[in-house]
Amino acid sequence: MGLFSSLSEKITNIFSKLTRRGKLTESDIKEAMREVRVALLEADVNYLVVKQLISSITEKAVGEKVLKSLTPGQQVIKIVNEELTAIMGGTNAKLNVASNPPTIILMCGLQGAGKTTMCGKLGLNLRKQGKKPLLVACDIYRPAAIEQLQVVAKSINLPVFEKGTQDPVKTSKQAIEYAKQYGYDTVIIDTAGRLQIDETLMNELKNIKAAVGPTEILLTVDSMTGQEAVNVSEEFNNQLDITGVILTKLDGDTRGGAALSISQVVKKPIKFCGIGEKMSDLEPFYPDRMASRILGMGDVLTLIEKAEQAVSQEEAEKLEKKFRENSFTFDDYLSQLENLKKMGGIQNILGMLPGMGALKNVQVDEKQLQKNKAIIQSMTPKERNNPEIIKSSNRQRIAKGSGTTIQDVNQLIKQFEQTKELMKQMKSKKGFGKMPFNIG
Amino acid sequence: MGFFKNLFNGLKKTKETLSKKLSMIFGRGELTDDFFDDLEAILIGSDMGVQTTEEIIDDVRAKCKKSHIKTQNEFTEILKQSILDILESGVKAEEEYPMAVLVIGVNGVGKTTSIGKMANYYKQQKKEVMLVAGDTFRAAATNQLVEWANRAKVKIVKQNEGTDSASVVFDGLTSAKAKNMDVVLIDTAGRLHVKENLMEELKKIDRVVDKTWAEVNYKKYIVLDATTGQNAISQVKYFNEAVGIDGIILTKLDGTAKGGVVIPIINELHVPVVFIGVGEGIDDLRPFDAKEFVDAII
Repeated sequence: MGLFSSLSEKITNIFSKLTRRGKLTESDIKEAMREVRVALLEADVNYLVVKQLISSITEKAVGEKVLKSLTPGQQVIKIVNEELTAIMGGTNAKLNVASNPPTIILMCGLQGAGKTTMCGKLGLNLRKQGKKPLLVACDIYRPAAIEQLQVVAKSINLPVFEKGTQDPVKTSKQAIEYAKQYGYDTVIIDTAGRLQIDETLMNELKNIKAAVGPTEILLTVDSMTGQEAVNVSEEFNNQLDITGVILTKLDGDTRGGAALSISQVVKKPIKFCGIGEKMSDLEPFYPDRMASRILGMGDVLTLIEKAEQAVSQEEAEKLEKKFRENSFTFDDYLSQLENLKKMGGIQNILGMLPGMGALKNVQVDEKQLQKNKAIIQSMTPKERNNPEIIKSSNRQRIAKGSGTTIQDVNQLIKQFEQTKELMKQMKSKKGFGKMPFNIG
Repeated sequence: MGFFKNLFNGLKKTKETLSKKLSMIFGRGELTDDFFDDLEAILIGSDMGVQTTEEIIDDVRAKCKKSHIKTQNEFTEILKQSILDILESGVKAEEEYPMAVLVIGVNGVGKTTSIGKMANYYKQQKKEVMLVAGDTFRAAATNQLVEWANRAKVKIVKQNEGTDSASVVFDGLTSAKAKNMDVVLIDTAGRLHVKENLMEELKKIDRVVDKTWAEVNYKKYIVLDATTGQNAISQVKYFNEAVGIDGIILTKLDGTAKGGVVIPIINELHVPVVFIGVGEGIDDLRPFDAKEFVDAII
């Protein structure tokens, strides 16, 4: 579900009270801020960061402008939203590219943050952008770490440079030479996980940095990290002057307050986030979207973008016309199902919609959609276009062909007719836009 | 004594900051609201969570009032006792042999490493130990476990990467049963607790253990990373719901992380901490002792 859904629910509740009352008093703000404070703390935002945040927001919110405005609740939401966005860096930060190749990316972080997997994801992402990446195995401590990088790299067809358990400083130097010689324009160096207080290992990183002069030093942080996120990022930054952060495991249900803490403390941009186990599960980090999520406004921007990727403008217009003329057929229904799948499935979409937090535990049955798909595919083209002609003997055939029961077929046809009926009623309302939400 | 020193060093940072902060806020004398606000920040700052922190503070505040606390030492004792009460409410898992331990948890918490250390721990207690390489998903996970088996000089059952985890577990338990092993430690792939399909896979593994060796003392331990925040509660809840959890292994306590999140977990779910990991060496694992833990953090 939505990355920060639990937190967004809470803040939405608080502000819905304010919004309903319309006017905002100083004590309202105080009450809301107490709740915001608890919500942020429960989301693992560092308590010192929360303290700063609350005082700066209160200061802004108790201004004349807010009290005089017509919708004070919205004003406060806007202020909190802007504050969170600003703390997380304002806009999406891109990777720096070396003017003189190769671009060298040094990965660092605690044990188990997900560095090795992230090396693979980053490599794949950069190759898709036309780069030629080389991965370098410098974790000589954890058993089988080098092999893990090799297996990861092999699965996405990227080369790995490794020199066994030789000194990582030496290995990384040789890797850069190798990259120059063989035309790799991007070098990603995987390093061993280490504690920020481990002097020996932190020195090793400093030495690698001095030896190769990385373009990017990216701290990989587990998004489930608690209060400790502040100490970790601060110390890595002090020692290495990192250039950015990557958040991993954001596909869990963590509220991810660490993102806020880290941004506030080290003032370095979060550049990417890991959102799944597949190598392609990497997304750029957008502070404004994350802030919207925190505030319960849902991740509408991401949703729109996904819809745009899944449904072409032309297709959307054609569909809208069909909605208007009420000539929607099973074939259209089928292509809608495909679009949904392209957008990451219903669960995923619900998570991005505002106010859908309450549906968090509702199980959307994706299997049912699969079933529907099978049923439609077992209809003849003629039947798909004119569902009215489907007689009971036809239904038997369709059930058999799709491995379902006649009840399933009946239910789908009934559902389809109801949907059409609904559309007829909605015809007067304007535009379904590009959102293919009217699915069964 | 090596063990002890490691735990102490591991937790020293935590201890220093906490007691330093305590003496700072205590220096002002009176136990005012400000004092308790600062105490709240300290406890929340060690990942104890808002609710449990409030409960602890209410408890401590009431006790302080009742017994007219004057000195920092008296106060510290009351605070320690309050936390200790929570920690000891976890129901201990009994260690009878033969025993099979299914080690589960989210990605990157240190499952494989913990198994390596546990193998060594039981081996030193003269138990016959076998490892089962049930993580067939993560790249090179099996090789990592093989390395640990070599280090601890114990047996291991494995198959190729990508094979069905449940089938490796079946093989392992069948073999362990036939060879009269005392302790079987089963590694599993890291999985986020909200991924339903992966949790289904875990339930299948769980059923296989039950069926393959019904008589074994079967325990399920979840591994938690001490740096994790409140999400650890969610992790324990989901895994507990899926297969039932008998204990917690708390890892990475050698950093500055406090592992304080186990306190709300035990407070809410009464699952005991069994082992703690305090370093990367094979000896850096020890049975959890609630009193020692509290003494070490406050």
